Amino acid sequence: MELHLRMFHTGFLVYSSVFKPRPDRWSDQVGPRTGTFLVRSAGFKNIAKTKSFLSNLNPFGQVPVLEDGDLKLFESKAITRYLAEQYKDQGTNLLPDDPKKRSIISMWMEVDTNQFLPVASTLIKELIIKPYQGLATDFTSVQEGKEKLSEILNIYETRLGESPYLAGESFTLADLHHLPPIQYLLNTEEEELKNLIYSRPNVAAWVEKMKSRPAWLKAVAMEEHILDLMNRRRLPKQLDSSCHESTVVAQKTAMVVIANN
Amino acid sequence: MVMKVYGDEMSACVARVLLCLHEKDTEFELVPVNLFACHHKLPSFLSMNPFGQVPVLQDDDLTLFESRAITAYIAEKHKDKGTDLTRHEDSKEAAIVKQWSEVEAHHFNPAISAVIHQLIVVPLQGEKSPDAAIVEENLEKLEKVLDVYEERLGKTKYLAGDSYTLADLNHVPYTYYFMKTSHAGLVNDRPKVKAWWDDLCSRPAFLKVSPGLTVIPVTN
Repeated sequence: MELHLRMFHTGFLVYSSVFKPRPDRWSDQVGPRTGTFLVRSAGFKNIAKTKSFLSNLNPFGQVPVLEDGDLKLFESKAITRYLAEQYKDQGTNLLPDDPKKRSIISMWMEVDTNQFLPVASTLIKELIIKPYQGLATDFTSVQEGKEKLSEILNIYETRLGESPYLAGESFTLADLHHLPPIQYLLNTEEEELKNLIYSRPNVAAWVEKMKSRPAWLKAVAMEEHILDLMNRRRLPKQLDSSCHESTVVAQKTAMVVIANN
Repeated sequence: MVMKVYGDEMSACVARVLLCLHEKDTEFELVPVNLFACHHKLPSFLSMNPFGQVPVLQDDDLTLFESRAITAYIAEKHKDKGTDLTRHEDSKEAAIVKQWSEVEAHHFNPAISAVIHQLIVVPLQGEKSPDAAIVEENLEKLEKVLDVYEERLGKTKYLAGDSYTLADLNHVPYTYYFMKTSHAGLVNDRPKVKAWWDDLCSRPAFLKVSPGLTVIPVTN
């Protein structure tokens, strides 16, 4: 499902972290065939840890996984790059050909991997996943996370004062990868976290521009549709967030489970 | 104009870039940055990398930080010479190289760098001792990753297939330091991983860079 949130107009089977209950009652394909891609459920607890998933799809037991003909690909940043290349002549150009421009995009994707995402993931884990799992939030960790996030966002604020998007004048993969974790940070109850973003005018404008993109709105609508389907078929109470490459997808589904139990 | 790399040879992240430059037979100038004197936190350095870290690459009007973005840029710019580090001619093979490069960044690096941080960086900072709990926790994570590698390297000679690519290269510097610790058994006890590592260490580019990796971890 993380892949829906990031990709659009693609034509392959996509394994997502949608719950898959007893196979004799369900077909594998939940969710709409939207445009040209198909969502396949890989379930929560244990599905991504089965021998078949581990040996055929991703030995790290995580989603998303992309299938395109005989290619099976895991790691979302590898998947998004592959799709951006394959479809560079249609839709938004997420990855220009020029090596120097591309290198700037790579650089900010690395900043996401090494700086932003570790902090964001910790905050999401403490503020959303752990309460859902009935575990106590470590507020010291949250406070440290907010401080680190504040320092990182200072750098982003300066950067986004130089150009509207991280790698320059247009939206690219570098921006795209930041959006799901930012959305989840904003979904927490923490006013301080929202304030970290909205008190910085350049960061705030960047976030608002990204959130209003038609592709993002489509992806969110599709995810909600899938979650609704899941709802009506009674979700499991257990949720194994280690299946997910980042905790962001687990959180969204967790909220639905809480609302219905 | 020759590319400039800011940083020191003993930094694992700088070494990653140097390895790539040597694999690509590309000239460069190394501009030392005195980390002990905190020159990486001076405004003049922060104007190149606001995160205050080495390495930084300058190539004419391009200034780039994050070692894996730098190696990807060098590999792409010089794709027609030296070692083929990206398999750029086949989009699916190139995607597999990217996939295993991401594995290094997301799975391998957090665990191994946490161990190296405790056993090398913390002692150098002089104030604290290595945190044994952090070392233990990350060794466990690293073992799981290496189990996946052992399985993978039973099927292919290198991580992304049958030739050496960036996916392998990005692992080298931290692994080199790790093999100097008392935990080298994690590699040595896995025959496929060990054979892969020995192969990586036999490459001419490695032999040029490894003498610069001079820091000694504490034996812990």
